[in-house]
Amino acid sequence: MKSKHLIGLETTPKDDISEFIDTGFLFREILERPIKRVPSLTGKNIVNLFFENSTRTKISFELAEKRLSADITNFSSSSSSVKKGESLKDTIQNIHAMKIDCVVMRHPVPGSAIQLTNYVDSVIVNAGDGTHEHPTQALLDMMSLKEHFGNIKGLKIGIVGDILHSRVALSNIFGLVKLGAKVKVCGPPHLIQKGIEELNVGVEYNVDNLIEWADAINILRIQRERMGVGIIPSVREYRRFFGITTERMKNHKKEIVVMHPGPINRGVEIDSSIADSNQAIILNQVLNGVAVRMSVLYLLLGNNDLK
Amino acid sequence: MILNNKINKIKDYVLIKNGNIYDPFININDISDILIKNNKIIKVEKNIKSNSSYLIIDASNKIVTNGFVDLHAHFREPGYEYKENLKSGSKSAFFGGFTRVCCMPNTKPVLDSPEMINFINNKSKDLPVYIYPIGSITKNQDGKEMSEIGEMVNAGIVAISDDGIPVKNSQILRMALEYSKKFNIPVINHAEDGFLVNDGIINEGKTSLKLGLPGNPSISESTMVFRDLSIAEYVSGKIHIPHISTAKSIEIVKLFKDKGVDLTCEITPHHLCLTDEILLDYNTNSKVAPPIRSKEEQKVLLNAVKSGLIDCIATDHAPHSIDEKETDICNAACGMIGMETAFSLVFSTLKKEKMSINSIIDLFSLNPSKIIGISPNPIKQDNEPEINIIDLDKQWVLSENHIQSKSLNTPLIGKKLTGKIEYTLNKGFISKHID
Repeated sequence: MKSKHLIGLETTPKDDISEFIDTGFLFREILERPIKRVPSLTGKNIVNLFFENSTRTKISFELAEKRLSADITNFSSSSSSVKKGESLKDTIQNIHAMKIDCVVMRHPVPGSAIQLTNYVDSVIVNAGDGTHEHPTQALLDMMSLKEHFGNIKGLKIGIVGDILHSRVALSNIFGLVKLGAKVKVCGPPHLIQKGIEELNVGVEYNVDNLIEWADAINILRIQRERMGVGIIPSVREYRRFFGITTERMKNHKKEIVVMHPGPINRGVEIDSSIADSNQAIILNQVLNGVAVRMSVLYLLLGNNDLK
Repeated sequence: MILNNKINKIKDYVLIKNGNIYDPFININDISDILIKNNKIIKVEKNIKSNSSYLIIDASNKIVTNGFVDLHAHFREPGYEYKENLKSGSKSAFFGGFTRVCCMPNTKPVLDSPEMINFINNKSKDLPVYIYPIGSITKNQDGKEMSEIGEMVNAGIVAISDDGIPVKNSQILRMALEYSKKFNIPVINHAEDGFLVNDGIINEGKTSLKLGLPGNPSISESTMVFRDLSIAEYVSGKIHIPHISTAKSIEIVKLFKDKGVDLTCEITPHHLCLTDEILLDYNTNSKVAPPIRSKEEQKVLLNAVKSGLIDCIATDHAPHSIDEKETDICNAACGMIGMETAFSLVFSTLKKEKMSINSIIDLFSLNPSKIIGISPNPIKQDNEPEINIIDLDKQWVLSENHIQSKSLNTPLIGKKLTGKIEYTLNKGFISKHID
């Protein structure tokens, strides 16, 4: 493994990405056992630093850490103190002083995870830095795709929603393209970065065309706070043109795999009937999230043999 | 008498030998000696006899030229002396070869009255560089009411600008462009449409895409450049565009220059010589407004400098404290220092572009002087020496030791540069700058 940290999939070598995913399957197997705990990270201390609200990612990391027998400290800070701009530097210094083995950080500002690596010796795992990357989410998405399809190379993956503000989309693009999948993004044109084709992805404004093309679609959560404030005109309009609705899916004979990073806005970007259907692998994604986070922490931190 | 890194009074005799004198103000371009006595040039001739009591500077294979003029600097006094003050800023300028510096009015309080201008004038008397204040267009830079522009002109301002705050109200800009005709000073408007900036941190393009940072598109500048020039054309005003940064703006500048609008523009060393890829490590010292643009835009900017569409270099020297920069990229202050590196960075870049040394020097002295209607002292008998001695072959690596500013916010520390201002003489002061 070349990687010392997991900052983003743009900078992670392809082989390391594959190793994170493949080792994830070993941990997935452990999670199916009656006793789901291994001693791999006994004696290692990990701090979960969350400068932004998170429920799922935080729980998933905590669970992964506990199942690897690491010592955990949780730290959450309101985003208001981050806005003052003091927290990151102070945090860096505090971590440095406390001799922590690993920091899992979520922060609202892009680049904050990489800035952290300049100042501390600890292993840094990015749990989402603003609109930049969310690498473990993309790893779990890819693991789920590999579980379902057996392979990632050659798969056609659509990503639907607010691409511009999504770290999930960006990490998925970097990871999927590296592993040889074909990626198209789909959403309101002003919510897709200008020039995104440079990242070797296609752009599709018609979600029905995307569904006909794709093997799987990853549906991004639409932030309700963006609705009706001039960015997205209304829920009704978004649903008509981009929603993965029951009616829309009825019109497509082809059955594609449906993914969602959660939390789901039922009735907004996706209807319950689709989210809860057999074609959705959303709950597998959740379980694989724990497994792949165990894999990441184990590969970056552990020296022990996997038993 | 001369110690590295110190500014000394010029005493007795100084003899500058064998320098290649280039003075575009009086059209000299020749190898000659200069003899100075008690801060006055007494002879400019070949083979002046030396004397053991003289301070002799061997300028063989070096350029001896006028002091430089900077149209755009922030010396932060009054109000933000923790970043810089007139004294430290002047020392920084002096070490970068700038002998005349225009100071932007975004101080606290704002330079919006003759009293404030007099405050700057009084504080600047004994400094090694001449300070030219720029007054604000509107009171307190709030974009609503015009400042006492005429009173400030009488007190010595050479231009008006609301600095980093664009004049959003087009009618106010129209009035300022019309009224300032009476005083024949340029209006300088930071051209950026705040709505299009949309909280963008760096140039919108491939780099912002990869870094996941909100982008500031080139059109935020060019649309306002078009507005500003349209108004200037309509009222026959005199306008100067600061820190131009995009290809589209250049296209618009060409259009309006061809129409004969009284229009000039400057570019900073960093917008000309760097690209947005310098931000790939999220270095907050590279965060500036407008943002540093892409490689493709840079090519257009380089050509515009070569063709003369861009008139001059200005530093936009913008000191900030460590705390204001050692934070995350979104919260970090905009701006970088630039005095000590301006010439070397531009020379290193334009030399590769095969631009002549004289034309490069003109960007620092002749051209900016014309824009605000001043002149450094020409290098001739009876004048005070206002001179740079430049070693064009010198290769050097920028370190913190070279920086005289109170602040160190530059991404160039550790970078190799070509060409160095070795000595500067001005207002009775002389320094051999640190190697």
